[in-house]
Amino acid sequence: MIEAADFPLWAAVLVSILAIAGSLLTLLGCIGMARFTDFYSRIHAPTLGTSFGTIFIVFASMLYFLVSGQRPAVHELLIVAFVLVTTPVTLMLLARAALYRDRTEANGNVPDPVGQDVVVEKEGGA
Amino acid sequence: MTALKRLVLPYPLLSLSLVVMWLLLQQSVGLGHILLGSVIAIGAGKAMQALQPEPPRVRNIGAILKLIALVVLDVLRSNIAVATITLSGRRHQPRPAFILMPLELTDHLGLAILSMIVTATPGSAWLEYSPTRNTVLIHVLDLVDEASWVGTVKHNYERLLMEIFQ
Repeated sequence: MIEAADFPLWAAVLVSILAIAGSLLTLLGCIGMARFTDFYSRIHAPTLGTSFGTIFIVFASMLYFLVSGQRPAVHELLIVAFVLVTTPVTLMLLARAALYRDRTEANGNVPDPVGQDVVVEKEGGA
Repeated sequence: MTALKRLVLPYPLLSLSLVVMWLLLQQSVGLGHILLGSVIAIGAGKAMQALQPEPPRVRNIGAILKLIALVVLDVLRSNIAVATITLSGRRHQPRPAFILMPLELTDHLGLAILSMIVTATPGSAWLEYSPTRNTVLIHVLDLVDEASWVGTVKHNYERLLMEIFQ
């Protein structure tokens, strides 16, 4: 383990660049969410934060702990995995609620539902 | 042997991933953690059995690596694209559009992964999948050419996912 004063300059620069890049992407995502005009455009903006916003910040953390030798730095990758797996679930839930609302209220030019969404599976081979 | 395997480890890949995850979270490969992790992994595997998911059939390991590389590059590219749209102000108005994309992929795990890819890529969102028609409704933030967009997704991702799972 090394103290902050002994942290090598090249690593400090790289960690800072990665952390700032990740934060900037997340910030841009938030600005986009405020600036875009309709719901379906707005849901795209936060994905900046959930994709490379998270990845850059996670890389910064991995690099910092790897170079300072405090611990092996791999378990941050789990953060990326969980964010990638859980975002679509929330997003689909929100988007389908919005689609339902817009279809019932007939606002905007939302496409009509296609086919039947619920599949009734037949029991056995009958 | 098969009966024993079904009883103890119905989903060996899931249980193995859980042990690895447990050890990563504990940041230790001590015997105690391996034992505790294994107990949890076996328990979770048995709990999963109650849900009766179809076990994944993975065919092509090379295609998985190719898919990961392709996704990372595309996500990075669309991060830059969406960041540019956000910053460009009133000069460049995005052209949002809904796309109804027909799919050939039917494997559940493959569809789940395709929805993750489409959603994780900024600028496109997977909204509504219809299993009867086998189509999916996708919203795109800045659509230039519908045919080429659908072509890219089908040619790159769907083809690779079908190589892996079907």
